[in-house]
Amino acid sequence: MRHSAFQIFKQALRGHAGWKPIWRSPDPKPHYDYIIVGGGGHGLATAYYLAKKYQGVNIAVLEKNWLGCGNVARNTTIIRSNYLLDGNEPFYEHSMKLWEGLEQELNYNAMISQRGIINLFHTDPQRDASVRRGNAMCLNGADAVLLSQEELRKKCPFLNFDNARFPILGGLWQPRAGTARHDAVAWGYARGADQHGVDIIQNCEVTGFLISGGICTGVETTRGQIRAKKIGVAVAGSSSRVMAKAGMRLPIESHVLQAFVSEGLKPIIPGVITFGAGHFYVSQSNKGGLVFGGDIDGYNTYAQRGNLPVVEDVCEGGVALMPMIGRARLLRMWGGCVDMSMDGSPIIDKTHIEGLYFNGGWCYGGFKATPASGVAFAHLLATNTPHGTAKAYRFDRFSRGFLIDEKGVGAQPNLH
Amino acid sequence: MIIVHPLLGPRDAQEFTYLGDASLIHRPDPKADDAAENFYEYLYQRDNLAGEHRELWFHEQGDRSWLVIKRNTLTHDILSVELASDVARREGRSK
Repeated sequence: MRHSAFQIFKQALRGHAGWKPIWRSPDPKPHYDYIIVGGGGHGLATAYYLAKKYQGVNIAVLEKNWLGCGNVARNTTIIRSNYLLDGNEPFYEHSMKLWEGLEQELNYNAMISQRGIINLFHTDPQRDASVRRGNAMCLNGADAVLLSQEELRKKCPFLNFDNARFPILGGLWQPRAGTARHDAVAWGYARGADQHGVDIIQNCEVTGFLISGGICTGVETTRGQIRAKKIGVAVAGSSSRVMAKAGMRLPIESHVLQAFVSEGLKPIIPGVITFGAGHFYVSQSNKGGLVFGGDIDGYNTYAQRGNLPVVEDVCEGGVALMPMIGRARLLRMWGGCVDMSMDGSPIIDKTHIEGLYFNGGWCYGGFKATPASGVAFAHLLATNTPHGTAKAYRFDRFSRGFLIDEKGVGAQPNLH
Repeated sequence: MIIVHPLLGPRDAQEFTYLGDASLIHRPDPKADDAAENFYEYLYQRDNLAGEHRELWFHEQGDRSWLVIKRNTLTHDILSVELASDVARREGRSK
């Protein structure tokens, strides 16, 4: 069923009784051309672009739990392409352009709202770094505007410009950045993939890989053996656990990132504001809640929940930046388990096992990458060559010394 | 998380910083023929276990001792705490 205003009107006349589930729940077939392990944003986007571009292939998405129950449902919904390095910026700008056309592409309301992102700076060297970053963005076709303190005061009069420790001198603004409805992204891709014939199989955990002679020919699952010519794993957060079943160790640690939502408030925050120096970022959802977060907790964990010191630290950062939110009450908080890679950048690559491909290491920024990650992983699976925007995301960059380290902190995942 | 320090008793985890897997105690021999490969494994590759995990914590805001903590990464339960120097000597390092 194609979604449209007319359809809503027509269904309303029939008491909304005519809506159907937007994807099927098929039983797994014994054999596919491609299996995607992981029914989150990246896995579903991969299946969608693979099925759309290479029609007539059999594709299954295997999800351990229910569709979109992991990090695609736990992030803070920010989309942006304000990266510095050559390995990253073209990829994220590709993603930003895909976001801009996503709702028309999928015929699904993902509530994409381009209200901009502002990264604050507090010192002259930080301003210089922002200018450099903005230039790198513009060179790669993205948009960037340097805001002086006066311009920023007009946009965000509520900021604590005269903070004694971090006085705000201005910000780097990317007007095209914004937020998207995270669940709707998973649902939209699932619906689109399903319409192109992809079998989305939920509650089907991969328990092992069928590997002989260095070739992967299928997976063992809780619903039996399923064979395929090519298997792509997109399970960020659990990458090490899943790839260990194929005997692989990864340059990844699993960490927890916490996120928070306040009670609903009147519209006050014009877009996304990041306060890197104070470990805090915030946006306002369409329902009015302030959606905010800060640093990862900093220790290995798979628990999908964090601890209180970081809650305190994030809230302190928020109140230091915008004292007006001091009276707002925290409504909900949760944690997501993220793949922290050794240089803070992702991996989309073949493995040393033929037929087995890997997509992971997204650190705390996988959501914005969802469309481009899907395109790049689909391209890699179909052609065996990396997509033009994802050439740098190789496993061997660590052994060869070609790290993509935006922060320049080295192989210490909890500092990225 | 409360870490029961072997010398100082129960301390809040906030006082500590985290380095990572306790196998980092064993730095590879830089003179070995396969040193480059060994240092690549040492620096970048991790087991990243779900469940019991031995890891290095530094008591930065306390007595500045290094600890080896065995902790469950699924529940955050701390199972044992030892001074890293004791562990290193037991596992064959001279200091």
